[in-house]
Amino acid sequence: MNAPTALASVRRAGERTRYNFAYLDERTKRMIRRAILKAVAIPGYQVPFSSREMPLPWGWGTGGMQVTAAVLGPHDVLKVIDQGADDTVNAVNIRRFFERTAGVRTTTRTAEATLIQTRHRIPETPLTEDQIVVFQVPVPEPLQRLEPRETETRRMHALADYGLMHVKLYEDITRHGRIATSYDYPVTVNGRYLMSPSPIPKFDNPKLDRSPALMLFGAGREKRIYALPPYTPVASLGFEDHPFEVQRWDAACALCGSRESFLDEVITDDRGGRMYVCSDTDWCAGRRAQGERA
Amino acid sequence: MYVAVKGGERAIENSLRLLAEARRGDPAVPELSVAQVREQLRLAVDRVMTEGSLYDPDLAALALKQARGDAVEAIFLVRAYRTTLPRLGYSLPLDTARMRLARRISAAFKDLPGGQLLGPTFDYTQRLLDFALESPSSPPPAPEAPASAAAVPGVLELLAAEGLIESHAPEDDSVEPPDLTREPPAYPASRAARLQNLARGDEGFLLALGYSTQRGYAHSHPFAGEIRHGTVEVELVPEELGFPIVIGEVELTECQMINQFAGSKTCPPQFTRGYGLAFGHCERKAMAMALVDRALRARELGEAVTAPAQMEEFVLAHSDCLEASGFVQHLKLPHYVDFQSELELIRRLRAGSGAPAA
Repeated sequence: MNAPTALASVRRAGERTRYNFAYLDERTKRMIRRAILKAVAIPGYQVPFSSREMPLPWGWGTGGMQVTAAVLGPHDVLKVIDQGADDTVNAVNIRRFFERTAGVRTTTRTAEATLIQTRHRIPETPLTEDQIVVFQVPVPEPLQRLEPRETETRRMHALADYGLMHVKLYEDITRHGRIATSYDYPVTVNGRYLMSPSPIPKFDNPKLDRSPALMLFGAGREKRIYALPPYTPVASLGFEDHPFEVQRWDAACALCGSRESFLDEVITDDRGGRMYVCSDTDWCAGRRAQGERA
Repeated sequence: MYVAVKGGERAIENSLRLLAEARRGDPAVPELSVAQVREQLRLAVDRVMTEGSLYDPDLAALALKQARGDAVEAIFLVRAYRTTLPRLGYSLPLDTARMRLARRISAAFKDLPGGQLLGPTFDYTQRLLDFALESPSSPPPAPEAPASAAAVPGVLELLAAEGLIESHAPEDDSVEPPDLTREPPAYPASRAARLQNLARGDEGFLLALGYSTQRGYAHSHPFAGEIRHGTVEVELVPEELGFPIVIGEVELTECQMINQFAGSKTCPPQFTRGYGLAFGHCERKAMAMALVDRALRARELGEAVTAPAQMEEFVLAHSDCLEASGFVQHLKLPHYVDFQSELELIRRLRAGSGAPAA
């Protein structure tokens, strides 16, 4: 979050624009920053904010984009990923948007980025105190699928009345023998608020716990912002006899051989042929580059 | 192979060029001008202005041209533009009693002060395809009545004078109406907030909900007390002047529904109101909005909330065409991380249940 400087100079030379740095006007950014500050002060609590209409459809990352626009400075280095990859169309589109409206440097390297906007993944490369991760959130309310009325869920949060969620997980166990939630797996933040980690695979949940990087969550359509300040304890729900567990693969990445990263399954033919590759493209490319050097 | 299935900058750029070509259609056919859209597809322009919540026929026409005639996409373009505009001020409340009428009908009275004025309407066209329109044609000028400068009071005010219908004083004058484009929604919402939401709400959604109230889901026996369409002056009090000046006029459609109300121990029987308002000539929208507005007043009027049209959160949270369209269509975005997680889980569950391996 660097101080704004002479903004005109960072825009693409020759591009005619009447838009402010990073698209949003400064008053809107101030409003969003206030919501972010409140969110940081109450970890895991969903702060309502007057989400603006963005030039991207609702549900496609408008919340993440507003948070990014509000905290982005001209000296930031931005990375945008979707499903762990820098080159998926929506990630490309959002990165292009900030290149165009803010003229900031962008990167695909996790280690080089100061600000990472993500959809559905947390990078495999460990994050640092100098980084901010912005999550795109479709449904910020972890209880919404159990209780769609916000008037009710607000009350449940106020009273820390989360029995409904525990009952849901328990019913999973009675029906399937295990908890049947594999992504958007609910967490308890700082021993208080139940929070949706956004639809990241539960594989990524442990990366939330005491993360050195500030994590900001933006839900544009639902008009909510919430946050995990650095080093906040984050516990994934579970039971003593059915503790939280992450996914495992019997395979390794076909490209880099990684056994510790989240793998995407790629169907290679119509006879059941498949291979597994890292979902985090930067992690995979880095390992391959290292392997070639070694 | 793996990288090839992913998108990327070039794919997007090529897609944009294909889109521009598709928008233009056959280059042998003359291109549509924005003015042609504005003048000849006026009702589409009106819908884009209403749901785009921006009164600017030229921009709405441009958006329709750019959106290849897709109303929701055009509304999106207008909203994304509108959101960047600064707020210069708020107008005084519009006085629709002083509307310069193009049309005004009441289904409640055969005749009434100001008269019934049919105006331009599809209602009695018989809906036969007019093949004469296949070639350019100029209709002969329509006869016009001399314009009257006198204000035409609303039908419902005539009933209000007798106390037969509730007055429509704002819930509380001291409370500023919220601005839903500047504040997050809060439930329960005030009627002012609800009406703002409905005014920009999707026409199809409100039409279906309004229709449902006529089929027993929150029945409240509506009469179209008055529908009027015409132009109204917009007045603003600039700080440096301290008195109102007219800054322009807008075309509006207003619908006032009269609904049944049984009354209670403390309140003698009285008709109640439902209100609809839209930019331009959006009669279907204004009528549907009035039905839904009335249904949403259930709690205030002590009626049981049993039907979807009465459920405030359900209606308000799902009325916006852009929110709905965006979230439904976000399913096009890659979800393969989540899907992979589900695959892993379902294989594990099936293995646990002894199902044959796939």
